[in-house]
Amino acid sequence: MTGVFIQTAKYLMIALIITYTVQSFLVFFRHHAENVKRILFKEQMVLIYLFLSLGFLSMTAYTDDRQILVLFGFTLGVITLIQLVYRLIYVHGSVLLCNHMCILFGTGMLVLTRLDQAQAARQLVIGAVSIGITAFFPYLMFKKQDTFRKWKLVYLIVSAGLLLLVLLAGKTSYGAKISVSIGGISIQPVELVKLLYIFFLAAVYYEKQTLRIAIFAGGCTVAFLLILAAARDLGAALIFFVIYVGMTYAVYRKWVLLPAAAGIVVVAMIGAGKLIGHVSNRIIAWKNPLSAIDDQGYQISQSLFGIGTGSWMGSGLFMGRPKSIPVVSKDFIFSAISEELGAIVAICVILISLSTLLLFFRMAKSMQDPFYRWVSLGMGICYGFQVFLTIGGCIKLIPSTGVTFPLVSYGGSSLLVTFTMFALLESFYITTKKKDSR
Amino acid sequence: MKFWKFPKKKYQQKELSVLTILFAAAFLALIVYLVVFLAFESESFINNPYNKRIDALSEKTIRGSIYANDGTVLAYSTNDEVTNEEHRIYPYANLYAHVVGFPVNGKMGVESVTNFELLHSHSNVGERLKHAFTGEKNIGDGIVTTLDPTVQDAAYQALGNYRGAIVVLEVSTGRILGMVSKPDFDPNYISETFSILAEDNESATLLNRATQGRYAPGSTFKLLTTLEYIHENPKDYEDYRYTCTGKFRSDGKEIHCFHNKAHGDEDLVDSFTNSCNTSFASLGLTLDTKELTQICNKALFNQKVPFDLPTEKSYFTLASDASDAEIMETVIGQGKTLATPLQMTLITAAVDRSGKAPRPYVIDRVVNDEGRFVKSLATEGTISVMSAEDASLLKAYMRDVVTDGTGRALNTDAYTAYGKTGTAEYNAAGDSHAWFIGFANQPGKEDIAIAVIMEGAGSGSSFAAPAAKTVFDSYYLK
Ligand SMILES: [Zn+2]
Repeated sequence: MTGVFIQTAKYLMIALIITYTVQSFLVFFRHHAENVKRILFKEQMVLIYLFLSLGFLSMTAYTDDRQILVLFGFTLGVITLIQLVYRLIYVHGSVLLCNHMCILFGTGMLVLTRLDQAQAARQLVIGAVSIGITAFFPYLMFKKQDTFRKWKLVYLIVSAGLLLLVLLAGKTSYGAKISVSIGGISIQPVELVKLLYIFFLAAVYYEKQTLRIAIFAGGCTVAFLLILAAARDLGAALIFFVIYVGMTYAVYRKWVLLPAAAGIVVVAMIGAGKLIGHVSNRIIAWKNPLSAIDDQGYQISQSLFGIGTGSWMGSGLFMGRPKSIPVVSKDFIFSAISEELGAIVAICVILISLSTLLLFFRMAKSMQDPFYRWVSLGMGICYGFQVFLTIGGCIKLIPSTGVTFPLVSYGGSSLLVTFTMFALLESFYITTKKKDSR
Repeated sequence: MKFWKFPKKKYQQKELSVLTILFAAAFLALIVYLVVFLAFESESFINNPYNKRIDALSEKTIRGSIYANDGTVLAYSTNDEVTNEEHRIYPYANLYAHVVGFPVNGKMGVESVTNFELLHSHSNVGERLKHAFTGEKNIGDGIVTTLDPTVQDAAYQALGNYRGAIVVLEVSTGRILGMVSKPDFDPNYISETFSILAEDNESATLLNRATQGRYAPGSTFKLLTTLEYIHENPKDYEDYRYTCTGKFRSDGKEIHCFHNKAHGDEDLVDSFTNSCNTSFASLGLTLDTKELTQICNKALFNQKVPFDLPTEKSYFTLASDASDAEIMETVIGQGKTLATPLQMTLITAAVDRSGKAPRPYVIDRVVNDEGRFVKSLATEGTISVMSAEDASLLKAYMRDVVTDGTGRALNTDAYTAYGKTGTAEYNAAGDSHAWFIGFANQPGKEDIAIAVIMEGAGSGSSFAAPAAKTVFDSYYLK
């Protein structure tokens, strides 16, 4: 009987997430009446609750572990909290964005519970705290709307300070210095620096848009990249670079920046591959993982074994071997989703992330105030590029960069900052969007 | 400054659209790459011994069967309803031991190479859906091999109690009809016997000698020596004359003919058909070692032979400054040269096929539990081993061996046989391995090629050639 339930649940979950994904694009492509949209969003909420319930209940049925029910309860609690905060405080915000946060965070919780219950519990606590903090953002925006654009030196100094702190006091893991331990809690300051850096660029460009300013911003970026390169955190360096190029392109409207940037990335990758051992290892692993399966290629081989063996429908929760992939709950959580929930679900997750990214850009577009438009755009680029890097690394489209999946992967700093980004986007949106689009 | 002048228009709508399109394209690339990987590449990628997930598939699937080319079941699994334990059964016990192999203890043979297919099911979709809910196991796909039970049985009998190997393949396609290696073992009891067998390096029972056994080729190597001589003397090789006294001496090294027999006056064909060592040692000293090495490399020495099962590389070396002694030994197939039976089979197949050896394969196709075709695993193709002229010349020489020389055991009206015997000494006492390589044809039937190696049996003509005849008879006279 348990077997019947677990299998039925597996196929139902696939059907539910497909429905959800289709709906999240329908909203884009058709101009529905407000009331139609509202029904659609309510349906999505039901789909999220059903999807997660089936997942958590089939895990409980399979393992007979009551603790999963506790995590299930709290996950639903945090998701309900997200819904309440965004519906009550962020009135007239984007409900679709809120739903996407819920399903991405929820799917992450589902897989984390499967992989490591202790990590899942910590993730829940940080999630709840983050949502609590972000509840005050609209109030802050209302009060201090004009102050944020003036603090460009604060952003710069704090960012540089945090980066240097990582470089000097950071712990090395998997070849890169990323985290700093404060009072026993390991935090990753770079996550916060990403956000500060976006604010810095927007503030600088808001003041003036001269060549001198572009070069000044570029110089600061190069300095940041050098510090990150010294800490061997190439994934973050790449993200900062892309944010700089994207935002500068949007502000200065020079298309030539895009191919130039692509060229620089390729040259830098070849150079880094030659000079930095830990990068060349990742490139070897990317080119032919099976040839170095005992060594550099082990992680990506296991990831592809998982995705390939799980195939379209997935092995079912607890029936695959995602734990054979090193750091699966962080850099390779997408592989765990694909292995056990199936590639169809994984593709839906990509599409939901794409839908989220489109929302970022679309909401940025609707903002009249250029400072907030550029911050939103920068956050969109940051989010979208991280998703691309992490999934591309899991499926071997690009070399693995050690970047985590925002909202889905385990990691407190990343979760807090990502929730903050989403909340900022919503609060900018509700306070500064053009009147006609309301 | 003009280039960097900030545009007057306030909203960067176009730039946002460009960024949106770029990112959307990148995300779609992710999806396309994932779909392509799953649809086309994942099966071969995940079929890797490092992928422990494959073994987990056996919890959902009863391992499929392995068949001979006529549908004879060579391996199948039974599932105990009560304990849910699977048993792997090999009805022919030792007969197919090395080629079919086993799926445990590091795996071997067809069982190892097709592990993934055997644990995947393409059975009736409705059945599979039902099983998904009831938790019953699906029946894995079957593997149809190219093995011919009649040929395999004959080869097994022909090898008798000798250690060694026999490889038989269909010349036009490269399908392996028979592959025997001895000493052998009973795969039904491999779990119990594996540790003993694996440690016994003296008899090396688990080694598939047909593909991984490396032997001095003995006189069978004279095919290539003959070719090189003809290449260097294209006009007058037919005028070659030699008087054999049973012995030949140079550089302090003495070469003997078998049993010191004096073959008397010979031309090149006689030397070849009599397998006259002294004649070849003498003509070998005139040869260009570099050219000979090239001929050997083309004939699959020092190269990986493409095949479904693991193979060893054959080995040939002859430096340009090699001593006379070394050259004399090498040209008669002694010395450092080592050949595998599979490679020697391919050389003879090439002689029969205008110089082009077929790419050998033993795994033909995947079928579901009802025998319906799922996909082909046959790897057809050819390997160029020698020119068509060379092949037709050697073909005539190999025919003479059967009609007038050391291969007379195979002279019959029932089919036309071609061959070359070999007697490879492997110790100072003069004990020798018996070799035979050759092929045969009969109108209306496929040509088949064979390599026989019988360790320590004695001369090729009195042991290996009759063994080859047994196999040819089984194929052409049934
Ligand atoms: Zn002689």
